[in-house]
Amino acid sequence: MANLKELSRVIPERLSSGHRLCAGCGASIAARQILMGTENPVVVGCSTGCLEVATTIYPYTAWEVPFIHNAFENVAATISGVETAYRALKKQGKIKKDIKFVAFGGDGGTYDIGIQSLSGALERGHNFVYVCYDNEAYMNTGIQRSGATPYGASTTTAPAGKASFGKSQFRKDLTAIVAAHNIPYVAQASISNWNDLVTKSQKAFSVNGPAFLNVLAPCPRGWRFPSEKVVEVSKLAVETGFWPLYEIEDGKWKLSYKPKQIRPLADWLYLQGRFKHLKKEENKKAVEELQANVDKRWKELLIKCEEAGK
Amino acid sequence: MNKLIALTGDQAAAEAMRQIEPDVVAAYPITPQTEIAMNFSQFVADGRVKTEIIPVESEHSAMSACVGAAAAGARAMTATSANGLALMWEIVYIAASTRLPIVMPTVNRALSAPINIHCDHSDTMGARDSGWLQVYCENAQEVYESIIAAVKIAEHKDIQLPIMVCQDGFITSHAVEGLEIFDDKKVKEFIGEYKSRFSLLDIERPITVGPLDLQDYYFEHKRQQSEAMKNALTIIPGVLGEFNKEFKRNYGLFEAYRLDDAEIALVVMSSTAGTAKVVVDNLRAEGIKAGLLRPRFFRPFPKEEIAKQLFGLKAVSILDRSESFSTQGGPLFIDIRSALYELDNKPLMNNHIFGLGGRDIGIEEIESVFRDLIKAVKDNKLETKVNYLGVR
Repeated sequence: MANLKELSRVIPERLSSGHRLCAGCGASIAARQILMGTENPVVVGCSTGCLEVATTIYPYTAWEVPFIHNAFENVAATISGVETAYRALKKQGKIKKDIKFVAFGGDGGTYDIGIQSLSGALERGHNFVYVCYDNEAYMNTGIQRSGATPYGASTTTAPAGKASFGKSQFRKDLTAIVAAHNIPYVAQASISNWNDLVTKSQKAFSVNGPAFLNVLAPCPRGWRFPSEKVVEVSKLAVETGFWPLYEIEDGKWKLSYKPKQIRPLADWLYLQGRFKHLKKEENKKAVEELQANVDKRWKELLIKCEEAGK
Repeated sequence: MNKLIALTGDQAAAEAMRQIEPDVVAAYPITPQTEIAMNFSQFVADGRVKTEIIPVESEHSAMSACVGAAAAGARAMTATSANGLALMWEIVYIAASTRLPIVMPTVNRALSAPINIHCDHSDTMGARDSGWLQVYCENAQEVYESIIAAVKIAEHKDIQLPIMVCQDGFITSHAVEGLEIFDDKKVKEFIGEYKSRFSLLDIERPITVGPLDLQDYYFEHKRQQSEAMKNALTIIPGVLGEFNKEFKRNYGLFEAYRLDDAEIALVVMSSTAGTAKVVVDNLRAEGIKAGLLRPRFFRPFPKEEIAKQLFGLKAVSILDRSESFSTQGGPLFIDIRSALYELDNKPLMNNHIFGLGGRDIGIEEIESVFRDLIKAVKDNKLETKVNYLGVR
């Protein structure tokens, strides 16, 4: 693959600078890398969330490509309509170009309120790429817990306190839920591993039918770490096995990256303010449980990817 | 040549959709709308239309997909009833505010709870403030013709608003009537090819649809939307004029039945007006000067025309097939009473709520309303109150 600089020469800028996302926001990095995955014209759909709110403050827009936002929970259904209109008009000879379609949703708009709309669109087999930029909570409304928030994280609706160590449930495995729809391409990626992410985006855009990318896109404000550490924090999520990189092509699971040695989860946890209460003696058990869960899930993934024992 | 065939109201709606041949239809089944989606799906399956159908997993997604398709420059349609419309709710507002000319045949049905599948107008009356145009039809023929006219109204460059074409669940949707069907070609010529001004698929001219709109612009956009609704009031009669000329019909914003010299009248929408016309004829045969006003368009609300029609009458009763729970009467009554407020010579007026959840209304009940009006005129007294007609 070309390097990032070369790629940015081939593909014109699609999300321009001047948007109002926070410094160090993982979502804009994810969006820009994913939009490097196709040279075709592309139409972007976006659910309500940070990415949409901060890029389209009327009368300005940061989008150099056609863009639609409808509501919080329905970007998959909305892009279904756009993609179907494209097929209808193409069949009638009114459109000649080959256009690609991508929908961006945060974890709130995807894991939680938008899962029905996503599931319906996947089952119907629309030709589009769905990207969940996963920052593990509802961020622009003030950092509330979502179905993607990790066990033990403190959020404003699952706060740590005298009687609580933060969120008391493990996160939902959305990538596996999507994979159960048996769509052509599903992958998990991280903004820290850009080469892997852009390659997966290229694959996602090239398949015929729905493709899904779950991209870890850390939020410095919500996770409570300095903006400049966004790539480091993303990288540690991968190196600790918390956020494994893998893909499922036509039902076949494949590990994209295997750390030489899995690092302890604590290396990732304590870079972030949302886990700082876990350092307290009385919360040590929660850390152990989280570590055990990550280990278990990593082992299960190795089996699925036929990597166990290798 | 027009063709005469026997169809239900739902089949009539599907037949209009077949002739319109929209680019995209996204629909989810719900009684009593289901037959529209079923019949249209068969047209697609038989290759009789080039429409792409999206068999969505919910009404919320049906309206969401229509918004996407319409924003992409396609002619988009869906159909619904009751709880389906309620589930679409959020996106119903977005469709209107985004100024997308989506046409939605809507089969009126009571809203839960308790669950009830039969006709009343609580579903679409709930959506009266959503910014959609609404037309209420008396019979299947009018359903068929109004859907065709609706396309041209919604897409008019100075309107650009979505429209619900309402018919009464089961009463109209499932009863078979003899129907006159126009030539396919004439329908296509009348509606013309759709050319949207903006499209997401116009790659050379990228647009951003549905942006964040804060304190500095939101208010102005709402005001523009309100202006579009006002425009609709003046533009719709012109479009209906074209329709009437082309298909030899006589549609307006409302229908006045034997109202010219009437002294007492009822105001009622949809299929009940058909029954009320029989009562008017019976009373006329007795020498009683009875009449009927049937608003077709409830949004936009033809305030001035309605006031003009009711001016000079001695007593009027407004019949509502839904509750507003304002304790001031149903939505039609509230709007009409407000429209007449500025008249010096207001008729005596009351309100009857009837037919909720499909409760039947007969000639005798409608006649009893007229008899009360006759007495009111004699006594020159009518309590302006909300009555419940046909309730135990």
